[in-house]
Order: sequence, then C-alpha cells, then structure tokens
Amino acid sequence: MKSYLPSVYVVERDPNRCIQCKVCVNQCTFDANYFDEEEGVVKSHEENCVDCHRCVAFCPTNALTVRRNPLEYRTNANWRAEVIEDILKQAETGGMLLTGMGSDKPYPIYFDHLLLNASQVTNPSIDPLREPMELSTYLGRKPERVEFDASGRVKTPFAPQIKIETPIMFSAMSYGAVSLRVQQSLAQAAMELGTLWNTGEGGLHPSLAKYASNTIVQVATGRFGVHSEYLRAPQIIEIKIGQGAKPGIGGHLPGEKVTDDVSRTRMIPMGTDALSPAPHHDIYSIEDLRQLIYAIKEATGYTKPVSVKIAAVHNTAAIASGMVRAGADIIVIDGLRGATGAAPKAIRDNVGIPIELALASVDTRLRQEGIRNQASIVASGGIRSSGDVAKAIALGADAVNIGTAALIALGCHVCQQCHTGKCAWGICTSDPVLTKRINPELGAERLVNLVRGWSLEVKDILGGMGVNAIESLRGNRLHLRGVDLTDTEMDILGVRMAGS
Amino acid sequence: MRDLRLLNNRYGDDRVFDGCSIFGVMDTSGGLIGADVPIRAIDLMRDRDNGLGGGFAAYGLYPEHEDSYAFHIMYSSRAGQRETEEYLGEWFTIAEAEPMDVDPSALPNTPAMYRYFASPKANELRGGDTEQYVSDRTMKINTSIGDSFVFSSGKNMGVFKGVGHPFDVARFFRLEQYSGYIWTAHGRFPTNTPGWWGGAHPFGLLDWTVVHNGEISSYGINQRFLEQYGYQCSLQTDTEVITYAVDLLVRRHGLPIEVAAKALAPPFWSDMDQLCADEREMVTALRLTYGGLLLNGPFTIIIARKGEMVGLTDRIRLRPLVVGTQGNKVLLSSEESAMRLVCPDLDETWIPVGGEPVVARLGQVPTGGETWEGAEVFAGAH
Repeated sequence: MKSYLPSVYVVERDPNRCIQCKVCVNQCTFDANYFDEEEGVVKSHEENCVDCHRCVAFCPTNALTVRRNPLEYRTNANWRAEVIEDILKQAETGGMLLTGMGSDKPYPIYFDHLLLNASQVTNPSIDPLREPMELSTYLGRKPERVEFDASGRVKTPFAPQIKIETPIMFSAMSYGAVSLRVQQSLAQAAMELGTLWNTGEGGLHPSLAKYASNTIVQVATGRFGVHSEYLRAPQIIEIKIGQGAKPGIGGHLPGEKVTDDVSRTRMIPMGTDALSPAPHHDIYSIEDLRQLIYAIKEATGYTKPVSVKIAAVHNTAAIASGMVRAGADIIVIDGLRGATGAAPKAIRDNVGIPIELALASVDTRLRQEGIRNQASIVASGGIRSSGDVAKAIALGADAVNIGTAALIALGCHVCQQCHTGKCAWGICTSDPVLTKRINPELGAERLVNLVRGWSLEVKDILGGMGVNAIESLRGNRLHLRGVDLTDTEMDILGVRMAGS
Repeated sequence: MRDLRLLNNRYGDDRVFDGCSIFGVMDTSGGLIGADVPIRAIDLMRDRDNGLGGGFAAYGLYPEHEDSYAFHIMYSSRAGQRETEEYLGEWFTIAEAEPMDVDPSALPNTPAMYRYFASPKANELRGGDTEQYVSDRTMKINTSIGDSFVFSSGKNMGVFKGVGHPFDVARFFRLEQYSGYIWTAHGRFPTNTPGWWGGAHPFGLLDWTVVHNGEISSYGINQRFLEQYGYQCSLQTDTEVITYAVDLLVRRHGLPIEVAAKALAPPFWSDMDQLCADEREMVTALRLTYGGLLLNGPFTIIIARKGEMVGLTDRIRLRPLVVGTQGNKVLLSSEESAMRLVCPDLDETWIPVGGEPVVARLGQVPTGGETWEGAEVFAGAH
C-alpha cells in the first residue's frame, strides 16, 4: 500500500562539512541514514527519522541537524497534523497505535504553576555549605506515638523502615523493557547514592543480586521472575497494580525481545510473548489486595515494607486510603505523565490524572482520615528537576521516583520510540549490539551526577526556606503558592494564590 | 468598625510571626518571687519589642484555689461574655467569678478581663480524663465562641497579656499584687499584624505556657501533623503550635520533657554516631514518628508548667538563650543583661547547646554542660 504519510522530520546534511565517514549510517537504528553505493555519498530516508539525535551527537564534523518538516497542512485547529497522521497510520496498518514514553500532550503541568518560598529578614535562610542539611528519609509505616519503658527503651514496635539518603529513587523499569546494562547503571548508581532502584516486573537478573540492599523488586500481574529468593533479596517488595502511562492496561513484551537471558530472568520460555494481564487475577477487590500484601509479608517474615503502586486515576484518594488500610507500608502514585516502554497511544494520552493533583488529594485524604503516618507516599510521573522534587515533597510526598529523567541522563532524547525495540541510544532495547551503547560504569556515573546535583539543589531550596530537614518541607504546603490557577485547582492542591 | 487590636491575623497571612524578648525565672525551692523581677528584666530588653505585645505567666498564683482550674478570659463584647459564661456554666461548677483587678488607663482600647475558678461537672465528666475535658472546652471557646479568648486554664497559675509594652501590660493588670515561684515574660515585635490581645504571649493551655522568640518555618506541616491528633490551630501562631506539640508529647503521649525536646529539636543524623546505642534508638524512633513536629527555623522557647520550667532553642540556635543560676534560682533570658539586672550575683551563666533543653524543676537546678541519662529521666516520669 502506498503510504500517504509525509516525513515528519528533515535531516539536513551540510555538504561542506560532511566527510562521508558513515558514522550517521552506523549510528542510526531506524534506517534513516544510508550510504548510496552508486553515488558514493551519505543520504537520508527522512521518512524513517524519529529525531533521536543519535547521528547528530556522533557526527564528527557537526554536519547534521534535524528539523521538523516545514510542510504545512491547511490551517485547522481541529484537524491538526498529528490527528491526520494518526488516522493515516491506522488506515494503512490497522490495529492500535503503539507508542513509548509518557504523554506528550499539553495537559497542565501544575509544577510550573507552583512557586516555592524563601526566608527574608524575619527568619534567616540557612547556608547548606556551612550547616548540616538533612535529606535522609525513612520509608515505611510509622506508629502513631512512641512509648518507652521505665529504662528509656523503645517499647513501641516499629514496622520495617528503609532509609534512603536522598528522597529521589529510580522508577521501576523492567529487564526486557530496558537492557541489563541500563539496570546495572541504575543499580550501581542507587548503591553509590544510598537510594533505591526498582526491578520492574521483569525479575531480578542474577548479576544484579549484589545490589540487593538498594533494590526494590516488583510483583506485577504477570508474576514474572517471582520466586522465594526474589522476595528475600530486596529492601522493599512492590505490588504493581498500574502505571501512569497506561492505567488499567497490561503489558506485552514481544517474543523477539525474550532472549535466553530475559527468559531465564522472567522464568518464561524463550521467544514467547511476555503478557502481563491488565489486572492481577488474584486481586479483584481491596480485600484481595490485602491478602496478597499479607501473603508477601508472611513469606518474608514481616521484615520488609510492602509497597503498592497505582496509576493516578479519578478516585486515587479513596483507593489510596483503602490500600493503606489493606496494609500497604508505602504507596506509589504514578501520574499521567509517567512513561512506559510501550503503550497504546489512546491510553497513554487520554487516561489518568496529573500527579500533582493526585498526590495532593491523597496526602489530604490520608491526613483527614488520620492514617497518613501508616504509609509513606512516593510520587512519580513527570518529575523533571529538583524544583519538581521540592514541590512534590511540599505537596505531601515522602520521596519521588524518576524514570524518564534517569533515562535522559543515560542519553535518551525522548523520541518516544521505546516500543520499537530499536532505541538508538541502546536504552530501551534488547538488541545485543545496541545495548552495548550503554556502558554501565559511565551510565552509573551520569546517574549519580544527576541525582547528586538535584540533591544539592534541594538542599539549597530547603536552606533558602530556613529549614534544615526534609521533614519540615514534607506536606508543608504553606511553602507553596499558586500562579495562574483557578480556585478549585488551588483548593485541591491545598495552596494559596501567590501574593496572598 | 472593629478594633483591629481585638482581631487576630487581620490580613489572613499564613500565620502570625514575630521577633521578641523572653525571660523566665524559677525558684526551685518553691519560694515566691515578686512580679517586679520579671517586669524589670523584660523591660530592660525594650528594644526587642515594639509595643505590640507583652505578657507574663505566673505559677503558684492562687494557692487558696489550687484545686480549681483558673480561667483567665478576655472579652471584647458583652455578647461574647454572655455566651462564654453560659457555656462555662453548662460544663463547669464555678466556685468564683470576678472581673480582674485592672487599670484601664494603662493601655488604650482594653478588653474586659475576667477570672473564674471552676471544676468540671462530675455528671458531664463521667469519669473521663479531666485535663482532656478542660482542654477540649477551652479549645471550643477559643475556636467557636466569638469575642472571647481564654488566656490560661490551668491550676494555681495564670497568664496576663495584652497589646502594649510589657511594662504597660504589667501596669494594666496591676501585676505587682501577684507573686509566684515561676515567672515567664515576653515582649513582642510582630512583623505582620498590628498585634492582637489573644495573640500576645505567653500562650497557655491547661497549665502549659509557652513564650517564644522566633519563626517556625515548618509551621505548615507542624499544624497539619497536629490536626491529625485533634488540635485545631485557630490562632495561626507559632506559639500555639508549640504549645499543642508539647501538650501532645508530654501530657497525652507521656514523654518526659527532655525526651519531647528530642522530638522538637532532634540531633542531626550525622551526630548520631556520637550517641550511645540506646539513645540512638530513642532519637530515631522519635524522629520517625514525630518528624512532622520537628520545629524548624529559628526559635527559643520557655515552656512552663506546674513545678517545671524548660528552655530550648532550635537545633542550630538561631535565636539567643542565656541561662543563669543563683542558689535555688534559675533564670532564662534572651540577653544576659536582663538576668544581671535582677540578680547581680549569679553563680553561673552559660549558653546552652542548640537543641539541648535546660530543665529547672522543683528541687532541681540545671548546671552548664550537663547531659541527661534516658533511664533517669524515665524513672522520674513513671
């Protein structure tokens, strides 16, 4: 069938600079650059270009640039280019449109409408270069009060607590969705930073067992790679109900990605599709969740916190309350902008709610019910900077997860081709040649640099507010003001208008 | 038009904050100290207040009524008074009710001040916790009855405060007629409100009083934390939050004040290595549980209750506190000069370490650089 789809991008190659070295050809995994044997020059199939910048970054003479195709459709606010092209794609292929990463639609980003406070005159700001500035965070269920016996020993039993040195963790990204080298980078970085990485639902590869003290393992709907040692290894066990990029939807790792190593880690036959069902087929209700939580607690002797991760949806506050009452020690809320290795575009771009609203309403609800102490809250899905981290914590999060930001640190340029398995940066692929593009040592270094940089910035933000402990920002919405928000939005966020 | 001095937080700010002078004196043998001592001391630090708030708390004030709850209540309208008195009559047996002896010429636009000696009605109390009963009723008056505010509601103690220099507030209440074994005093420099009578310090609940110099930058979360335990922070002042925090930790959760101080101003995680294993466990347990009560930002507070006066600063001591002792007397002050004025022959003076409470009790005089042992403190409390 003749495709009516135009090229989305134009690859511009400066002939005065190009030395015909073919680096762009070798780097491109989408067949957008090729060498014309007859003419002896490098050219581009621009219709294949996804704007991942791999060739641009590696061109030794800076000869390349990629632009949006200036081709214009007749101006129409309704039938925009993306709408027309999605229809053309489906007319030509049938089936669902698949995509990767998080939603790229211009839904409100509330972080950009919240501003942080600082001290002036009446209280001093604190200089983190001179004074201690504490980011250490303990995840897990806290008691309502502490009791001591007559000799001053703690009498109150404490649920297991996991300490992280900075309130920034890495989101769940499974082996299979990302390569082992990416997981190695994340695990190594988590260890150096004193924080946690998360296996996702693809099992724990034996080579990563040495990072157990910085690991969260997931029990998801497919139960891939779940066995007794898997549950014994980590700091935290996370039941994954859903994720922000595809609430209510399962997962599908195509058989070609299920290599020998992936098949052993996931405990499924090589080459078979790894299908994660949409729901847990033993969780059709809140009481079923309680049973799984306690089954895991029993299996691990009540030594590890059990986390439950959900996508941010309309009733998140009520659901979160149920989760806490069902025994979750940590709840992870993944917002609309959370990313994925693959999701139907219709779901990614239309289902869920922004993390800021979900987080604020969950924190408020748990406090109204007097059970906020019973679980830590982790927010994820769209955390882009230290400013977002600080704002999420002020809205009520104990910690945040970063996924997309971590992958960008490794080289990802957010071209949204994760579902193709052709990631030119070697991140979201299981192609043994492409995965070599990530060096775990350097990858870890880049991740450590990022999180260390953000942590220093959060310390500066805290110091500027005149506080020296992250607890004093957590849930402290008086340190936030809204700009350009409606009364209802500010009411849900629990913040006041700037200037008031 | 309402008199703004009778209104709290007229601009609707997040909360009311201020800079201040604070002073406390206690005779640990229980001997009575005249009002001239705190008045002279706090007046010496006049450049730390701006005439928009001053107050005093005294313990050992009403020995003849020591079993009754002494309510000091301010009224800014007859209707408020009627409603409050009706409410009090409903829940308490009132042994005595009288207008306080005041000199209205000392200050402009003064509210009516009344004193009541009251006991919970047994048929309403129904064997419940008396202090909780009194605390709940006090909160009710302060939050839902207009034009009325309870300055203090403890036994054998009372709070005197208003808008003005502390010296003039003392003149208004004719304070020289009183004496007590503990006095605390406060001079206020509010930065975001013209000052409100009820918002002056000391702030009191039951027999707790707090005077405070500082700004609690963690207020937003402290307030939300306390809400979970049923405290409504209606005044939007840091001092109110501190009082409720202490009430929760010490009265309701039964922690000795030295331990409560470790929740309000915990040691840094980086200093934990220097603590013994037991104390590390204690401090960690407190911080994990009461992290939302950590008072962050600059503060010095003097907390007092029956038989006890405690000084505490924030973890990095961003506001001043000096301690002095002379025989059985313990003095706490923003500035040493004020202590020297009223007690020229001090035995010892020192500046306490940030976050380390200075505790004076009947029969117990603190010494500089002292540390405390968990077991001792708990043995005392049980």
